[in-house]
Amino acid sequence: MRVVIIGAGEVGTSIAGSLAPDHEVVVIDIDPDRAEQIKYDYDVLTIAGDGTTSTVQTDAKVGDADMLIACTDNDQTNLVACGTAKTLGDGFTIARVKSTDFLRTWEGNEGAFGVDFMVCTDLLTAENIVRVIGLPAAIDVDPFASGLVQMAEFEIAAESPVAGQTVSEADRFESLTFVGLFRDDEMTIPRGDTDIRVGDRAVVVGSPESVQAFATDVAPETTPDRADEIAIVGGSEIGYQTARLLEERNFKPRLIERDAERARWLAENLPNTVVMEHDPTDTEFLSREHVDEADIVVTALRSDEKNLLISVLAKRLGVDRVIAVVDSYDYVTVFEEIGIDIAVNPRTLTAEEITRFTYESVAENIAVLENDQAEVLELELTEGCGLVGRPISELVAGTDVRFVIGAITRDHALVTPRGDTVLRPGDHVILLVESDSVSAIASMA
Amino acid sequence: MSGRTRIRVGWQASLGLTGDVLTYLAVPLSFPLLLSFYYGESPLPFLVAVGVTLAVGAGFQRVQDPEVNLGPREAFLAVALIWLLVAGVGAIPFVVAGVGTVAHPVNAMFESMSGLTTTGATVLRDFSLHSRSVLMWRQVIQWLGGLGILILATAVLSEIGVGGAQLMESETQTRDIDKLTPKISQTARLIWGIYVGLTALAVLVYFGLGLAVDPQMDLYNAVAHAFTSVATAGFSPEPLSVGAFHPLIQWAVVPFMVIGSTSFVLIYFAINGEPMRLLRNEEFHFYLGAMGALASIVAVGLFLDPGSTFGAEGTIRHAVFNVASFVTTTGYASTDYVQWAPAAKHMLFMGMFIGGMVGSTTCSIKSLRWLVALKSFRRNLYTASHPEAVRPVRISGKPIDEEAIRDIYAYLLLSLVIFFLLAVVIVVDAERGDAPVTEFEALGAAATTFLNIGPAFGDAGPYGTFATFPMTTRAVMIVLMWIGRIEIIPVLVLFTKGFWTS
Repeated sequence: MRVVIIGAGEVGTSIAGSLAPDHEVVVIDIDPDRAEQIKYDYDVLTIAGDGTTSTVQTDAKVGDADMLIACTDNDQTNLVACGTAKTLGDGFTIARVKSTDFLRTWEGNEGAFGVDFMVCTDLLTAENIVRVIGLPAAIDVDPFASGLVQMAEFEIAAESPVAGQTVSEADRFESLTFVGLFRDDEMTIPRGDTDIRVGDRAVVVGSPESVQAFATDVAPETTPDRADEIAIVGGSEIGYQTARLLEERNFKPRLIERDAERARWLAENLPNTVVMEHDPTDTEFLSREHVDEADIVVTALRSDEKNLLISVLAKRLGVDRVIAVVDSYDYVTVFEEIGIDIAVNPRTLTAEEITRFTYESVAENIAVLENDQAEVLELELTEGCGLVGRPISELVAGTDVRFVIGAITRDHALVTPRGDTVLRPGDHVILLVESDSVSAIASMA
Repeated sequence: MSGRTRIRVGWQASLGLTGDVLTYLAVPLSFPLLLSFYYGESPLPFLVAVGVTLAVGAGFQRVQDPEVNLGPREAFLAVALIWLLVAGVGAIPFVVAGVGTVAHPVNAMFESMSGLTTTGATVLRDFSLHSRSVLMWRQVIQWLGGLGILILATAVLSEIGVGGAQLMESETQTRDIDKLTPKISQTARLIWGIYVGLTALAVLVYFGLGLAVDPQMDLYNAVAHAFTSVATAGFSPEPLSVGAFHPLIQWAVVPFMVIGSTSFVLIYFAINGEPMRLLRNEEFHFYLGAMGALASIVAVGLFLDPGSTFGAEGTIRHAVFNVASFVTTTGYASTDYVQWAPAAKHMLFMGMFIGGMVGSTTCSIKSLRWLVALKSFRRNLYTASHPEAVRPVRISGKPIDEEAIRDIYAYLLLSLVIFFLLAVVIVVDAERGDAPVTEFEALGAAATTFLNIGPAFGDAGPYGTFATFPMTTRAVMIVLMWIGRIEIIPVLVLFTKGFWTS
């Protein structure tokens, strides 16, 4: 595959590093020195120049490329680069953006700006933080269908209330499906009367809210509930998105922001968050507002140094779990060595997301479970494919392939699958299938 | 010119606009003129009134200077002038007709101002003295005042398109008029369309019910009451007000008063397939809730009152009707509530201060202001213990500007001061003039005129008359009805030096 990457920053370099061994990679950067550097680090072709222009893109033979990844630090540059690429050829284009407004615009009309896939760094980071906060009991969590659907795997502990119940007893949530149950390295596709035993590992697929609610049921001790205190320090875009996603999951976080105008904006846009306008490094204030008694503290200030300071402070005050946003990759290990529970690096996440995307050919998205016994796939259905037009119960009965449909998204809305649900072209289907049958099921889509 | 401050207000623009509005108003004002021909009554009062309107209008139009633009200050001046002058014109027929108490110029002005501002307080003593066309004249000026003359003006006068939003905001003291369409004149036309439509519907309902159950509700009465129920105005050509009609008709009037007090913008959305915007509106909930709570308390009070002889349906009807009439600032009455037990009366008194929704025909404080004040008070209780918390006050999920909250506090305070001063004037002046007015009656009369409700208690009750108050009190009331209807600021601002100079 020929891949053109525009932007040789941390994200671009990281992507180039992972793709270079197996693909033909061209990196374009406006800074000749940076372009030069990457040539020595990896076996790639580099071009110095403005990647938004058709002259430079023609030099890079974007017209013949299979994929163009625009991942500079500037949103507009990335969008324009994708737009230019579409005038030269029809390779797949990926743009990295920070602004969620661009993401919403694109989601409303996929293909807008000439972008085929958009990765929103800040939102991705916030989603990651919220997953880490929300499901500490989960062994594995993966988002599907741009975050509308979540897959999670839980080990059932002895004290869990669902231990000993049947699947239909444990399934109390509107948009949640039990897709798999692992017991002694054996996978079962659960039915209503299947028992859930201690030590089983259950795989569920559903809306993030229902997965959250299920987690509270499975592991009430470790899963945060509404009574838990979550404090977010710093009202950056990541801080804002984190609070917003937590609100969607019925949490009531506190957010501390120093700038009065930004604090007012946050308070107006986050109806279920308590926004405090104060200097977050003031320990007296933190203890007065009982931030020291918070169960979880997220630091999302714009400076790594300040995030480090607050994280250390929070740890010393006795906060259980501290999650820090670390902007520069080099600091991540420092944070973790000091004892901060989780350090989240937006650039790494972005690079991972984009790289993951380049690997997936069979499905839109894949999660591999339990040493590759089973896979959870996201398939986009096309006109006339084998899965379209029949009720799910008929589909399952009419094939030897063992699979469970966990969730369907249609026009960016979640549809909970039932036996009589009929799949349509354009639907995204998230299903669990035994690894041996992946190609069989993929051929039906 | 040296040593003197130059006037910096583009008063020519204000006068010009006033002239335009007056000339156009001559058209609806001619309706009673036609009626007088039909009934064979003297057309003279209306000929004079319409003539004067046209003459003054034309005179003012000559002053118009196309070079001067309509800015905020010019809008204030025009708003104040238009309401005052239209009330002045409205007084003419009463004086020319020369019948009864209202023939006196001050009384005529009181009646006219009370009508135009949709107050509904009357100085008439004996209704039978007056011709049907004169009684209809009162209804027409109330209908014109109901939605606000300037919304009408904006709808009709396409040339004031640019200043239109300015004018409507000055008149109603609400920031950011919700534009339904890109052009403000189009929005004003839509709103007036709804108003006319609702009035027509009321005519049909009243007249239909009249045919079915009560011959006294003839076409004349149906039109007259339709004019003043959607306008939440309160005049009635019947001395017993709506109490003169069949209970079924009284029930039918309630929804029209309530709709008239509901935001016309939200009604527009409701009609156009977005009813949730109205049904989810917090101000709407507050307003209906307050009305429901008060009506229940009054009903319970009446049930417990041994002197009450209404029966079950009658008790509920009178409680609902009169509470709705007070809260919506209509001022109709279904019975002489002055005879009620004090507790029930005091509940009605409280209801006076609520008012309907912003953007409706209602007067008084208005539900939105109370709601914002209450929510901001609750916020203050929270921030007292969490000083760093940033909590915007939200209405229907939408954050309210801090400056708007301060404006609302200022408005509430100012209203309270004016209300108490007026009550004192009424008591003192009544004492001087030997009129029998208790303190409660004085408070009621002050609230009813300043908040544009209508009848109050005692002699000012629904079956009484304001003619018993001394002349000076009535003169003060005229000014306060005027100030109250256009929400204080546009009038008070004219009396500041800063308004006239830069």
